[in-house]
Amino acid sequence: MSLSNPAQAQRYEVADRPPRRLANFLLRWETILVLLLVAVVVVNARLSPFFLDFYNLSDATFNFSEKAILALAMALLIIVRDIDLSIAAIIALASLAMGLASQAGAPTPALILLGLAVGVLCGAFNGALVTYFALPSIVVTIGTMSMFRGIAQVVLGDQALTKYPASFQAIGQGYVSDKLPVPISFVLFLALAAVFGVVLHRTTIGRRLFAIGSNPTAALFSGVPVDFIRFWLFVLMGLMAGLAAVLLTSRIGSTRPNIALGFELEVVTMVVLGGVSIAGGSGGILGVTLAVLVLGLTTFGLSLINVPGIVISILNGALLIVSIGAPALVKRFLRGQA
Amino acid sequence: VNALPILRHRDGALALIVLGLILAIGLRAPVFVTPASLVGVLTDTSFLFMLTLAQMAVILTRGIDLSVAANLALVGMITALVSRAHPDLPIPAIIALAAALGALLGALNGALIAFIGIPPIVVTLGTLSIYRGAIFLIAGGAWLTSKDMNPAFLALPKLSILGVPILIVIAALVSLCFWALLGYSRIGRGLYAVGGNPAAARYCGIDLGAQQFFVHTLAGAISGLCGYLWVSRYGIAYTDIAQGYELTIIAACVIGGVSIAGGVGSVQGALLGAMFLGVVVNALPVINVSPFWQMLISGAVILAAVVVNARSEKRGGKLILRKARIFAGGGAQT
Repeated sequence: MSLSNPAQAQRYEVADRPPRRLANFLLRWETILVLLLVAVVVVNARLSPFFLDFYNLSDATFNFSEKAILALAMALLIIVRDIDLSIAAIIALASLAMGLASQAGAPTPALILLGLAVGVLCGAFNGALVTYFALPSIVVTIGTMSMFRGIAQVVLGDQALTKYPASFQAIGQGYVSDKLPVPISFVLFLALAAVFGVVLHRTTIGRRLFAIGSNPTAALFSGVPVDFIRFWLFVLMGLMAGLAAVLLTSRIGSTRPNIALGFELEVVTMVVLGGVSIAGGSGGILGVTLAVLVLGLTTFGLSLINVPGIVISILNGALLIVSIGAPALVKRFLRGQA
Repeated sequence: VNALPILRHRDGALALIVLGLILAIGLRAPVFVTPASLVGVLTDTSFLFMLTLAQMAVILTRGIDLSVAANLALVGMITALVSRAHPDLPIPAIIALAAALGALLGALNGALIAFIGIPPIVVTLGTLSIYRGAIFLIAGGAWLTSKDMNPAFLALPKLSILGVPILIVIAALVSLCFWALLGYSRIGRGLYAVGGNPAAARYCGIDLGAQQFFVHTLAGAISGLCGYLWVSRYGIAYTDIAQGYELTIIAACVIGGVSIAGGVGSVQGALLGAMFLGVVVNALPVINVSPFWQMLISGAVILAAVVVNARSEKRGGKLILRKARIFAGGGAQT
């Protein structure tokens, strides 16, 4: 096929980027999330005079930063069509290890390293089962979820470990500095979000994740080391769960067998609301970050006006369904029109 | 290996494992294998039998229903409240109400999945929170105990027919219905077709949406029925009953050989999977193992079961690209 014939050349011209149009920008998921975030802030500010207060808002981030950090790694897993439901159980196990080490008199840096290491090991265990044995990740992580939390339950029974050094507790409860009273955990989340965003959207590694998620077989034939990448994503997820365990344990200063119970479903909600397709292959870190803020500020605002947590979870469930359902409905409607 | 033919069949092997487990426990604690104790185990496991079958129907279509336990708890609370407000309501009416309410909640899932096109895992994750929260709202966060329920409401689970506890009878009837539905009805065979190959099923004229709507409604109805039975058996209703039970149910499916990728699963397999977990849960206190071990054991069993299932599902045939094959086996979720 020669390109000397201009007509033919034109016929095979491929536009690699759709033209920038206002409608496309407005229909972007991130734009919708920004509008949602603005709505949440405006409504909450009207409902309570204490909402728009720098110190209150800053402290509110304590409550969702651990889940937000988990959501970043979960987004990558869901993009490659995997999922990890064992993250909350990994937190329990890592917290247990730190609690036992702390009772034995381990210093703070050792506790942190131990928490991260337990997370990495658990993640590697998941990753090995999923890739080496070629098992569906949802089933594997339901199994390891029972196993990891089961270990914590067997060791702890109905006891709690509460002896932690003060310097350890300062990590999860502390602020960046006196002049800037922003929780360390939130700053950590923002920094990680930046790193994840750059890696996912500006490097070949990120492109490979999308390739795997869009079509794993095609990705494999294109030379993407699919199982290698999936394994390390599970390890990364484990590492983030270990980090979340450090932050959570030091924030609440205790380890109970039911620590972080139910986090996995909240984190999946954050990721899906952030526009990551549960079928894999699409999504972005900006969306996830916005979704984290929408969910976190909704929870904070409603608890300011004394709405019980369980009622807030109704709203979060409805928000998840409506935010995924409404665009699907609109698309279906538009297709019907065309 | 030319062992007994029963071992080559997956369900036969699982049945032998369950039997061996019961015998092994019996050696440690003979009291466990007395008829009364075994009937007790079956009675306790009745809920798991029914809910596992319902979940299997959903998983066959490549779906998943995470909201079944929340549905059960919500319907249980509503029936308890209704019965308190109208003590003269006959029990059949309460059972019908429970099944209908459950079916309604399930149909809501089904409609969102089939007609709007939201993935099942997302919908049921959302309705899980909504249904749980609704319990808190309608009961005002209160606990209803057996003191708040009238004797007739509480009496049903204690009845027995010809010496067999009624919960076992109900579970057996439900199992029989599922056996007939999945094996011998057009819609049941359609579930396997949709899960086995959605594109081929579509060319055969099987409507995926209708199937999804049907299985979620069915799963809801069973959950609702179990909701009433659960609350009346244990004599208590509050926001957190059966919390996390959805994952036990899925675990029973996996142990029973139901493929999470859809299209594979049998009634006897699902029942055996549920039976396995039921035996483990009930045996631990008998052999003086702390109940805290239960989670760890069921986790290990789930992992062992998926590894075994994955091995047995491997079909003979020419491997063209090993890695591609490995990937084809895993990866995809929901």
